[in-house]
This record gives sequence, C-alpha cells and structure tokens, in this order.
Amino acid sequence: MTNPSPNLKPLVLVVDDYDDAREMYAEYLEFSGFRVAQARNGQEALDQAFALTPDIILMDLSLPIIDGWEATRRLKNDDRTRAIPVVALTGHAMTGQSDEAKGAGCDSFVTKPCLPDELVAEVRHILAQRGVAVSH
Amino acid sequence: MASPVPVAPAPVTSADARLALAEQLLACDTARACAEAVVAWLPRHAQAVASACLAREEPGGRMGCLAAKGLSDAQHAALKAWSDDDLSHPLADVLAQAAPRFFPSARAPLPSPGPGGLLAVPLGRPGSPPVGLLLVWASGPTPPPEVAWVAGSVGPFLARQATSGPLGASGSALFRRIIDAVTDPVLLTDLEGRPRLANARAEALLVAHPDASHGRRRAVHLNQRVFSAAVASTASGGVPGLSWREIPLVDPVEGLDLLFELVSTRVYEPDGREAMVSVLRNVTDLGRATQALGESYRRLRATEREARSERHRLDRVLDSVADPIILSDPSGGTVMLNEPAEKLFTLPVDGGRAAQRRVRTNHATFASFLANLLDGGSNLRWRGQLSLMDPASGDTLPVEAVASKVLGDSGELTGIVTLFRDRGEALAKARLLERLKEVSTLLEARVQVATAELAEQNEKLRRQAIQLEQASAAKSQFLANMSHEFRTPLNAILGYTNMLLQGVSGELTPPQKRNLARIDSNGRHLLEVINEILDITRIEAGRMPLHLSDFGIPELLHEVMAEMDPIIARSKLTVSAQLGAKLPPVHSDRQKVKQIVLNLLSNALKFTHEGGVKVLAEYAPSTSMLTISVEDSGIGIDPAYQQKIFEDFQQVDSSPTRAYGGTGLGLSICRRLADMLGGRVSLQSTPGQGSTFTLHFPRRPRRT
Repeated sequence: MTNPSPNLKPLVLVVDDYDDAREMYAEYLEFSGFRVAQARNGQEALDQAFALTPDIILMDLSLPIIDGWEATRRLKNDDRTRAIPVVALTGHAMTGQSDEAKGAGCDSFVTKPCLPDELVAEVRHILAQRGVAVSH
Repeated sequence: MASPVPVAPAPVTSADARLALAEQLLACDTARACAEAVVAWLPRHAQAVASACLAREEPGGRMGCLAAKGLSDAQHAALKAWSDDDLSHPLADVLAQAAPRFFPSARAPLPSPGPGGLLAVPLGRPGSPPVGLLLVWASGPTPPPEVAWVAGSVGPFLARQATSGPLGASGSALFRRIIDAVTDPVLLTDLEGRPRLANARAEALLVAHPDASHGRRRAVHLNQRVFSAAVASTASGGVPGLSWREIPLVDPVEGLDLLFELVSTRVYEPDGREAMVSVLRNVTDLGRATQALGESYRRLRATEREARSERHRLDRVLDSVADPIILSDPSGGTVMLNEPAEKLFTLPVDGGRAAQRRVRTNHATFASFLANLLDGGSNLRWRGQLSLMDPASGDTLPVEAVASKVLGDSGELTGIVTLFRDRGEALAKARLLERLKEVSTLLEARVQVATAELAEQNEKLRRQAIQLEQASAAKSQFLANMSHEFRTPLNAILGYTNMLLQGVSGELTPPQKRNLARIDSNGRHLLEVINEILDITRIEAGRMPLHLSDFGIPELLHEVMAEMDPIIARSKLTVSAQLGAKLPPVHSDRQKVKQIVLNLLSNALKFTHEGGVKVLAEYAPSTSMLTISVEDSGIGIDPAYQQKIFEDFQQVDSSPTRAYGGTGLGLSICRRLADMLGGRVSLQSTPGQGSTFTLHFPRRPRRT
C-alpha cells in the first residue's frame, strides 16, 4: 500500500474524457477534502497512476487511445498499481457491463449519471474498507 | 318264266278210269302218294310201257323220282340219281323250257325200258313254274294218249302241295323251316295268349328251356305275361281283322329292353277252335329312332328359339349402340342396319324428294367405300373418312367408317360389318381440346408470372425482414448509444445542480435555490424517461434476460419500503405492508419483481392525495401463484382506460399539461416484466375511490 503520509489527504485519480464531468467530480472531491489528479484517456491514466500511485482511481470506461477496461487490466497486472482500488464509471447501463468491468479488475461499478455527493460517498466507503483515513 | 304248255288232246278213254284216278288223287295228302297213283294208272289206261313221276317230296326239298312203274331197278336207280341241279341233263332242259318234249328214240342218260319214245311233260299250274315232271315211255314212236289229261290233273295238285306243304297239328319240317326262317316272332295261340305254335324267334323270347339260367327264365316269364295279357285283351276286344299294339319285352339273352309291335288276328283252326295268330315286329330301334328324332326336333326348336332370341338380343344391342352399324353380305348388299344406321340409310317416313336424294347419296358413298374391301384384296379391314348427309336436315355428317370382314370357319367371306363414328363430335372435341390447351398454356404462363412475382415478393420480404432485423438491431444500438449520449450531459447538469444546491460555489439566495431545485427535478424526470425507454428497448431487444434466484417476499417488500421511504415520508399517506400466511420462498427474478412492485407503489403514491396505500402479499397453494397487490385510495381509473394504461406512453390524461408526472411507460414496463416472469398485472378500480394493481406470478417459472 502506497500511502506516503498519513497526514496527506487521499489522492483520487479521476479519469474521464468528458471535461465537464471530470472537472465536476474533481471540484467536488476537492470540495469534499480530497487531493485530485486528472487524466483524459487511458494512456494518461496509466502514466499518472504509475507516477502518482493514487489512493483510488475513478475510471470512465469509454476512453480514447486506451479504453477503461484495458487500462484497468494493465493497472491490475502491474505490481506497482495492483492494490489501487478502481471504481468504474459508465454511462452505458446495458447489462453485462458491470460484469465485464469486474472481469477487467474493477473493484466497484457506478452508473452515470451519478451525483457528485453519491460518488464521494462511494469513494469514502471503499477507502474506509481499505483502511485509508478520510477526513470528513 | 316259262310255264307248262298243254299237250295235244289224248284219245278218249273210259270216263270211269279217269274218275277213279281223280278220286284217288283227291285222297292223297302227300306228293309221293299222288305220284304213285299216277304212275300206277298210266300203264293200265294209256298204253304206256313205263312211267315215272318226279317232284319235290316237301317244299324246299330236292326234286327227285317219287314213283316209277315198268322200269328195271337199275333204270329206277339211274333216274333217282338225277337231281334238278344237274343242268346238263335233258330233263333240266325240259323244266327250263316248261314245255312237253318227246324223245322218239332212246337218249342217254335217260332210261330206255322199250323201243318206243319218251314223253316228258312238266307238271304244275298253268302260268306258274313247273313243280315236277311226268315221264311216259310209249310203246311206239308216238306219245301215248291220256298223258295230257293226267298231267293237267296232277299238275295243280302237285303244285298246291309244293307251295303250301302239308298242314296240320303235326306240322312238318318244311313248315317249321319256313316259319323259323321268318325273322319276326310268329305265334299261334289260344285266346288267352298261351302259345301252341311258335317259331324260333318267338321261342327265344317266350319259351324258356329247362336248362336256361334263372335270369333268362325270369325274363321269359315276364315276356309271357306281357304278351299273354296283350293277346287276351285283343281277343276279348272283339275287334274284327288285324289289331296293332306295342308291347315292351325283354331280350332274355342280352337283358335289353325291346319294343315290339304286336299284330294279332283271329283265325279258326281245322277243328273249328278259335285261335290267335300273332306276329311281333321289333320296333325297338324304330322307337329309339323316333325318340332320337323327337329329341333332335326338340333341340332344333330350342336352338331355333335361342337363335331367335339371340338375334333379337343382338338387334337390341346393335340398336342401343349410338354409332351406326351396317351388316352387308359378301356382295355388298345390306343385310341389317341398326337404328342409328337406319336414320342415315333409310328414307324417313315423312321424307320428301330431298331426303330421298340424300339417302341415295349416302348409299352411293357407302357403296364406294365398301368396294375397297370387296375388290378381293387380302385386307380384313378398311378405314375411311366419309361425308354423309342427315336425310332429315341435310346437314353434313363427317364420319369415320371402319369396315371389317366377317370370315366363316373355313376363312370364307360371310359378311362385312361397318361401323360409323361421328367425327363431328370428335372434331368438336378436338377443337375444344385445342382451346383447352391454349387456355391451359395461358394459365400456365399466368401462373408462372404469378409464381415469379411471388418469388420476387418473397425475396423482397426476406430482404425486408433482414433489413428490419438490421434496423431493429440498429435501433437498439442507437438507443443504447443515445442513452449514453443523454446520460453524459445529464450527468453534468444534475451533478452541477447538486453541487450548487450544496453550496459548493457559495451560499445561494432562496429564489436561486428554488430555481435550481426545478432544474434538478426536471433533470431527474428526464433521466427517469431515458431509463424507462432504455428498459423497454432492452426487453424488446431480448437483452434483459431472467436472472433466477431463491428469495423471500418479506425481505423484498422491506427493501422496497425502505427505498420508497423518502417519498412516503413526503406524501403524508399511511402506507402499510401486510404479509399473508405461509408465504413460501420464491424462485424467480428478484430484480424484476422488485422493479414491478416499486413501480406500482410509486404510482399509487403519485395518484393518491389522502388516505393510504396498502401493500399485500399472498400465496395461493392451489395454483402456486403469488400475488402482490398495491391498493390505494386515490383518484381511481375510468373503466374505459383500464386497458389502455398498460400501453406505451399512456396515462389517463395524455395532454402536455397533465396534472401528473411520469413517462407513461411504467405500467407498460410492468406488464412486460410480469410477462417475462410468466405472470401478469391486473387492475381493479373505481373512479374516485381508488385502484388496486396486482402482480400475479408463479412461485417457480413454468418454463426454465
């Protein structure tokens, strides 16, 4: 578990190619007391993840360059990032997508639209499970 | 045949001497006695040196010397040795000539007792063949007198004896031979039919020898009885003259039945007794022949009758044939016509001159046709197409004629049968057939066109089906994409609204808050619509499979109530959940059951302003069906709309300014989901009093 300083606020990597959604979640997460890093596609997500080792990653599945599933698979296949929980975000409500996301290694699955406070509640819930201190 | 010629009149002797000889002759009952009387008389009364008389002693016997006088024993023996079958003898010549002959001098082998001549005189009735010879040897060269008278007297007498023979009860061998020679049975009987005299043939039938077999004696006895009865009946009948009758007798030897014709006549015997002479004639063969003849005649009549009826039947058969038939003799003359032929070849009763001419024409046409077979060729059959005329109407009748030779047993031509077939009908049929073929071809062509069109249509339909399928898939894909595209901006709208309302960007004034709340509420409604459309799309695309699991209804209802709690709290209605007794665990799609109940409950809350909502779960073991009903005290639903509300996008009030929110897709989705579970959603409602929506679904799906 990469948690350099217990005093630091948890770092959340928000991956979404739709700027409005990504920035909205980022703003609300910061508002809610998290540090936030952002990525616009799968490749950036991988780069950021390896560089920053965030505490949790919010991963939109429909992404350019490398899609969310593939990015998650790579993260979960890498020792440096394997332990980071990944919450899949998708606007595709079709059945089977959550299964597919879990197959790729996602730890949770959230269907958009998802209100910022609901998402933050989910993030807190998962981090609490992992024993990461989260300020309220 | 020569007959004795009277000799020259002799000198008159004493009448007494002649009378004495006549008396003597009358007393004689045999030829020999007559001969002896004559031979003894001649030397005494006619100056004869010697005399001899030759005759037959009995009828049928040989002619020989019966008496002689004045001859030596040697001369007598020589004379006896002669037989009338020795035709070279001079006496045979005398008999053959039947005329007296005088031999003046001795002539061998005739005996010559003296120097005088010999006069040989044939004896017999004048005009009949001689029956004997009288030989008188004269003393001189002239014939002695009185010989002619003696010959004339004794001749008839001998002749009588020679023909009739000796008669009487004793009978003679000659008589027996005569009657035995008769092939028919001849009998002399008394009036009772008892035989006194019978010839050999009669004896064979009516007299049994003591040593004969039993069967033969029986047969004879039978014959005797039949014969006696017949004779006695004839005798007692008293019919004068001959009487005929037939009697059946049995052949004692062969045992065959014989039929005899009996001819009887009444006679008187010399002693004056009455007797019956019967002659039997075997008519067995005649009877058989008669019978056979009768049978033949009967058969002939029967055959004739048969032939007549056969002919009659044939006539009727021929008449019943619709085609004209003519039977002609070998020379072409018409023997017979059947009725249809008569119409063509005989003049109609009221036929005029024109009809007459047409019949003649027909005859001529037929005759020239028939000539093909009559010209002596080896053809047995001739076929031709003729044009006849209807005598009555004058219409032309095209016919096909087939003439066939009728041959006898030995192959000779006995007649010709000609059959006419109406070609008019055949031609009409052919025309009809042609027309039929045309129509058929036309029809076939049409069918082909139609088939091709159909195939084309099918192909079009198939392509359309594929296109539809593709379109449907495209639609589903489009809706899925659209939902994503809707959700993405909606996510931002709802998210930012939420953030603003939470004061992320600073405190808001009450009007700002109120406006933001409206944005939020409309955004959520839009999201609801999108989600429901997506659900229907998924159901229709078959992309919402059943996820079966075991679960409990109480837990499910608890979950639903918990989820609805915020709305229930806002509604200020009394909401209660009630569980029936013995609710079993259920094997179904939990998510879908929950979705239906949620929907029904949210509807109930939406359309109820006061009162309460009751949720009731029950189980019917008899049908294994579960029911979850949601009863409200709301506005109710008009019966006219109770079916309609289960359709897509339908609310009772569909106007854009309707009082109640919602997409109108909720019940439609419920109906579809209940369907998938093998159940249904029912409704009971009274406007103004409330509605009860009930989900019925099986405890276990019937088809898994």
